[in-house]
Amino acid sequence: MIYLDSAATSYYRPKEVAQAVYDAILTMGNAGRGAHETALLSARVIYETRSLLNELFHGDGPQQTVFTSNGTEALNLAICSLTERPVRTAATAMDHNSVLRPLYQAQRRGCRLDILPADRKGNISLDALERLLKRGLDLFVCTHASNVTGNVNNIRRIGHLCRSFGTVFVLDASQTAGIFPIDMQRDEIDIVCFTGHKSLMGPQGTGGICIREGLKLSPLKTGGSGIQSFSKTHPAQMPEALEAGTLNGHGIAGLRAALLYLKEQGSDRLRKREQGLMRRFVEGVGNLPGIQIYGDFSSPERGATVALNIGAYDSAAVSDELAQCYGIQTRPGAHCAPLMHEALGTREQGAVRFSFSHFLTEEQIDSAVRALEEMTKEL
Amino acid sequence: MRPLEKKVLVTFETTTSAMAFEEEAKKAGLNGRLIPVPKQITAGCGLSYCAPVREKDRTRQLAEKMIHQRIYELMI
Repeated sequence: MIYLDSAATSYYRPKEVAQAVYDAILTMGNAGRGAHETALLSARVIYETRSLLNELFHGDGPQQTVFTSNGTEALNLAICSLTERPVRTAATAMDHNSVLRPLYQAQRRGCRLDILPADRKGNISLDALERLLKRGLDLFVCTHASNVTGNVNNIRRIGHLCRSFGTVFVLDASQTAGIFPIDMQRDEIDIVCFTGHKSLMGPQGTGGICIREGLKLSPLKTGGSGIQSFSKTHPAQMPEALEAGTLNGHGIAGLRAALLYLKEQGSDRLRKREQGLMRRFVEGVGNLPGIQIYGDFSSPERGATVALNIGAYDSAAVSDELAQCYGIQTRPGAHCAPLMHEALGTREQGAVRFSFSHFLTEEQIDSAVRALEEMTKEL
Repeated sequence: MRPLEKKVLVTFETTTSAMAFEEEAKKAGLNGRLIPVPKQITAGCGLSYCAPVREKDRTRQLAEKMIHQRIYELMI
């Protein structure tokens, strides 16, 4: 089996991640609930992971890193809180439904919503963003990289534009956290939302949000916090203010192991490896008859993701044939990114997405190329 | 029960602050540990850092550099 769906979740993970989860299940208590050794062990692992994430994103301190169960929860936390009043918001056609649907909800509550369109290559225009900012914008949310095309947004320029207009910038780093550089200070990002199980290679059920100090969010949920038990309201102190209930300590232990692996291996090196494999695949299949590849490949920096179609074949049928006949696992359809597919003209057909891990070998990439060679011979 | 001893105690508003303090205290070579907050004091967080009273000055110096709630000396 060759797994080419890393944009959905990591399948190939450092072995240390699984070991850390296994060890955590056997040893960890509940962080912040008691001062006995198993509870303290859990609290230490969670604190270390906060610190590693804060370092990764160059945030304002471990206390500003909040754990959520995934990227969607992180985005809901940010967007729902920042749209409690009828503010002016915008996102892009590159965005995932985890950005779009909370914003559509906000729109129904009276917020203004603008969507920056994408061109046929899947890119947005930063001039168009500047026009929106000049018109007046309170909140801009966008993805770092499209989960369909792999196109990457220039977050430094976006951050600078937003900060200069006083607009809160929320970055969806679901496809890039851990593998692309994200620096909240340099890139002038107010909030980074991330999932733990994709480019960070941690377990599913992990994710989080790093928030600029001074920016207050309202919790999505309230309840047990391990502190201020006699207060009728949830504590206001970060990060507990936004973390009600027992954290996924076992998952966070796995995420910590993944962060240590990334630090040791070097994200830049791993990203270049993934990009090299992705380009090998594109060079192999790009000229095959009937293949249409979507996205912009002109920039050296892009996500290791390739969306394509074969002729007019249903993307679901192509993906199924790849799985059944060649053991190659890909993701067809709309990828929860409806506006991206509308921009690419693939609303009906969808697209087959191949996304690459640095753990793959050149031989595995070549096997995928050969599979597509065989499939396109029929055309 | 163990006999009571005079200790220096640092309290915190959050578990995260307590964990940050523990990490720095370890680096500074303090011989304290995190314990449940005794009932005679109140604190936001259920964890407090308890150190031998002979280390009270170093404990206080560290606490003043970090996020904490209060510092006590008490028999526990």
